[in-house]
Amino acid sequence: MNLNRVKNKTISLDNLRTNFQEIEPDLTPKEAIEESNRCLYCYDAPCIKACPTSINIPSFIKKIASGNLKGSARVIMESNPVGASCARVCPTEELCEGACVLNNASLPIMIGNLQRHATNWAIKNNEQLFQAGEATGKSVAIIGGGPAGLSAARELARLGYEVTIFEAKDKAGGLDTYGIVSFRLPQEISLWEVEQVEKLGVKIQTNTKVGKDIKAEEIISNYDAVVLAIGMSKVPMLGIEGEEAEGVLDAIEFVEGTKTPPLDQEFIGKKVVVIGAGNTAIDAATCSVRLGAGDVKMIYRRTEKEMTAYEFEYEFAKQDGVEFRWLTQPKRIIQDEAGKVKALECIRMELGEPDDSGRRRPTPIPGSEFTMEVDAVIKAIGQTRYVHLIEEFGLEHNKGIVKIDAATHQTSNPKVYAAGDVIFGDGQGEAMVVTAAQQGKLTAHAIHKQFITNEATLESV
Amino acid sequence: MADLRVNFAGIQSPNPFWLASAPPTNSGYQVQRAFEAGWGGAVWKTLGEPILNVSSRFAGTHFNGQRVAGFNNIELITDRPLEENLKEIYETKKRFSNHAVIASLMVEPKQEKWHEIVKRVQDVGVDGFELNFGCPHGMAERGMGSASGQVPELVEKQTYWAKEAAKVPVIVKLTPNITDITATAYAAVQGGADAISMINTINSLAGVDLDSWNTIPHVAGKGAHGGYCGPAVKPIALNMVAECARHPEINVPISGIGGISTWKDAVEFMLMGAGSVQVCTAAMHHGFSIVEDMIDGLNNYLDSKGIAALDGLIGQSVEKYSDWGNLDLNYKIVARINNDVCINCNKCHIACEDTSHQCIDMLTSENGNAYLEVREEDCVGCNLCSIVCPVDGAIDMVEIPNGEPMTWNERQAAIKLPICNS
Repeated sequence: MNLNRVKNKTISLDNLRTNFQEIEPDLTPKEAIEESNRCLYCYDAPCIKACPTSINIPSFIKKIASGNLKGSARVIMESNPVGASCARVCPTEELCEGACVLNNASLPIMIGNLQRHATNWAIKNNEQLFQAGEATGKSVAIIGGGPAGLSAARELARLGYEVTIFEAKDKAGGLDTYGIVSFRLPQEISLWEVEQVEKLGVKIQTNTKVGKDIKAEEIISNYDAVVLAIGMSKVPMLGIEGEEAEGVLDAIEFVEGTKTPPLDQEFIGKKVVVIGAGNTAIDAATCSVRLGAGDVKMIYRRTEKEMTAYEFEYEFAKQDGVEFRWLTQPKRIIQDEAGKVKALECIRMELGEPDDSGRRRPTPIPGSEFTMEVDAVIKAIGQTRYVHLIEEFGLEHNKGIVKIDAATHQTSNPKVYAAGDVIFGDGQGEAMVVTAAQQGKLTAHAIHKQFITNEATLESV
Repeated sequence: MADLRVNFAGIQSPNPFWLASAPPTNSGYQVQRAFEAGWGGAVWKTLGEPILNVSSRFAGTHFNGQRVAGFNNIELITDRPLEENLKEIYETKKRFSNHAVIASLMVEPKQEKWHEIVKRVQDVGVDGFELNFGCPHGMAERGMGSASGQVPELVEKQTYWAKEAAKVPVIVKLTPNITDITATAYAAVQGGADAISMINTINSLAGVDLDSWNTIPHVAGKGAHGGYCGPAVKPIALNMVAECARHPEINVPISGIGGISTWKDAVEFMLMGAGSVQVCTAAMHHGFSIVEDMIDGLNNYLDSKGIAALDGLIGQSVEKYSDWGNLDLNYKIVARINNDVCINCNKCHIACEDTSHQCIDMLTSENGNAYLEVREEDCVGCNLCSIVCPVDGAIDMVEIPNGEPMTWNERQAAIKLPICNS
C-alpha cells in the first residue's frame, strides 16, 4: 500500500466515527486516467493468472482509459461478484500487483485502486450490471450470505436458477459486511454487492439460523440443490484461567461491533491487549486504536517471522502505534472484585525445534512470568467451525472442514455442495475473500453442469 | 444494447469496426483471428502484382513516455502470391459469412489490368473492393498508389475501369498527400465509386538516430519516406472525412480511417459522417482484442444517449462543420479559474503571459494564499490556458452574452450592400 495516499492519520476522540471512515481515498479522475494509461495491456497477462477469480485486469483497465467505466465495472464484477470489496481487501501485493510485469521495469500498476475506482463509479451511478437468466425451473438453497454464498447465488441466478439464501444475521455479505474493518471496507460497499445479487431475483432470508429456525433436512428436501457456505465461527477459547471475565472479547465480534453505529465509547484511554498475530488480530488492534484506546499491545507466542498477518497489515498496525510483544504467551487473566479484567499474566517463550507446521515450536521459559495491567483482552487466535451444523447436514468432514469432490464441488451428500471457508483447511489454500468468491462461482457452475448432465441423461433414456 | 450493424454502401457488417488494409490483414489466419476477436470486417492487405519488401519496415513515434503516438511504415502491398491470398479469402468468407471481407486492390493504371484483377478476386466471393490510390511509398514510384491517387483524372478513370468489371461495391481509398482531398473524392464519385475511404498514410520520416545519423527506420544505412498513421494523424483524418462529408457533390458513404484507437475516436468519426471505421495501428500496438472495448464502449455510449442504432449517430455533426466565414464573430467565451480545484502550477499564467493575451494574473489573497485570476475583459477566449491546465475542472471556458450573432460573411455582405445599391 502506498502510504502517501492514506488519509485520516489522526485519531479523533470527539467523533470516533471519523476514525472509521475509509482511509484510502478513491483515485481522482486524473489519477485514474494516468494510471490506467500506464498499463501495458499485456497479452496473456500475469495479473490475470495471479487473480484467484481471473478478472481480465488489462481489459478493465483499458476500459477506464477509454472512458467506458460501466464496461470496466462489468468486467470486474463478471469474474468476481464481490469485486468492489476485493478491490479493498485483497492482498494485491501478493496477487495481481505482485505479478505485474512493471515490477521489474518501474512501478506496478495500482490494480486494486483502479478496480475500486471502476466499481465506485458503478455504485455511484447505481448501475445494475447483470440480468437474471431464463428460468430453468430448478431451485437452489444457499446457506450463508457471505462472499462464497453471494458469489454462488449471483452465478446461479444468471443461469436461471431460483435461489434462496439463508442468512443468520440481519444483513447479508458475511465477513465483508461485518468482519472487515470499516476503514478498509465500508459496509455500504458490501451491501451494494448484496443488492446487485438481490436484483437478480435472489431471495435472501435474513435473521434465519439454519438448524434453529429451519431444519437442515427441510432445506435438503425442499430444494434441488444446496450450497453450504457457512464460513467459520467464533474465536476458540484460550483455555486459561479467568477467561470468562468481563472485558475478554472475541476479535470477530469486537470488529463487528465497530461496523454499525453507535461506536463503543468505553475504550477511550484504555489499555488493550490483543492475543494473536494474524490479520484479524491486526484488525482488532487497529480498531482499538480508532476507538481511542490509550495503549494497544499485541502479544504473540512466536516471533515477527512466524506471524501470519500480511506484511502491509503489520506495517499498518505499526503506523497506528500498536506495540508488539513477541515470544509472549498469556497464562492467566486476573480479575478485580467485580469480575472485570484487571491484568494479564504472561510468560516469555523461546523457540525450539520445528513442529508439524514447520515453524519452530515456542516453549515457555520457566520463571519468566510477568504481569501487565489491562482493561480489555481481545482474543484473535483463529476461528472455530460450525461442526454441529455440518453434522446436522450429515456431511463428512475433518474437524469442521467439509470434504468435497474437487471436480464436482459435491460433499458426501451429492445434493449438497460446499464453498468458501467451510472447505478451507490445512493445505487447502488461504481463507481470502477472493478465494471464497471464486469457490462460490465454481460451485454454481458445477451445479449447472450437474443439472445439464442429468437432463441430457434423462433425455437420452 | 444498441444495434451496431452497418450497411455500408451495400456491404453488411455486424459492427462498424473493420481492420484497415495493412499488415494485420495479410493472411487468412490473421483475418480469421480478428473476426473471432469481434472485428466486423477486414480490408485485405492490398492485392496486386506481388512485390518484394525490405527488412526494417516500421518505426514508432513515442511521446513523453507513451509509446506509438504515431507510426511510420515502408512496407508495400502483399508479397504473397495472388492465388494464395484468393484461396484464403475464400476460406475466410466461408467461415465468416456475416463478416465483411473487402479486397484492397492496386494495379497499373490500365483498363485491362483493372478488369483482370477485379474479375479474379470477385470470383472467390468478396463483399466489396477498396481501390488503393493512397499508398505513398514504393508503389508510387511505379506510377501506382498515391502517384495515381494525386491526379483526379487518374482516380476517376481507374474507378470507372474497376466499376466496369465489379459486381460488388467499390470503395476508393484516398491519399491525404494532396492539397484538397475533396478534389480526388469528387473524381472518385464521378468515376462511379460506391463509397470512399480515408485517409491513407501521410508522407513521413520517423526520425534520425543521434549516434549513427541514420534515418529511422533505415535499410542498410539508407532511408526513404514512409507513411504515417496512428493517434497523431487523427485530427488530419477527421478533417478530411468531415470536408468530404459536408461537400454537396460527394454523396457516397465514407469509411473513416486514421488514428482510431478507441470507441470514442470511432464515435467522433461517425458523427462527422463515417459509416464505418477502419483501424490498424491500435491493433498493431495491442492486438485484435482491443475491438472488444470498442464494441462495448460504443454500445454503452449509445445506450446512455438513448440511441438504438448507428443511423442515429452517423453524420450528426456534419452540419456543424463549416467555413470560417460562417462563424459568429460576436460569440464570446472567457476563461474562469476554479481556485478550489486549481493546484497552482501557474502553467496557464505563463502560457497566457508569454504566448497569448496576458490576461491571467498571479495574485495573493488576504490570508497569504497564491491564486490565479483571469481579467475577463482582456481574455479573447483562445482556450490555451485550459489546454495546458493539467487538472480537469480547474479552468472553465464560459460563454458571455455579447450581442447579436454576426458572421464574417454577413458582415461583408452588410458592408457591400450600400455600395451595390449606390
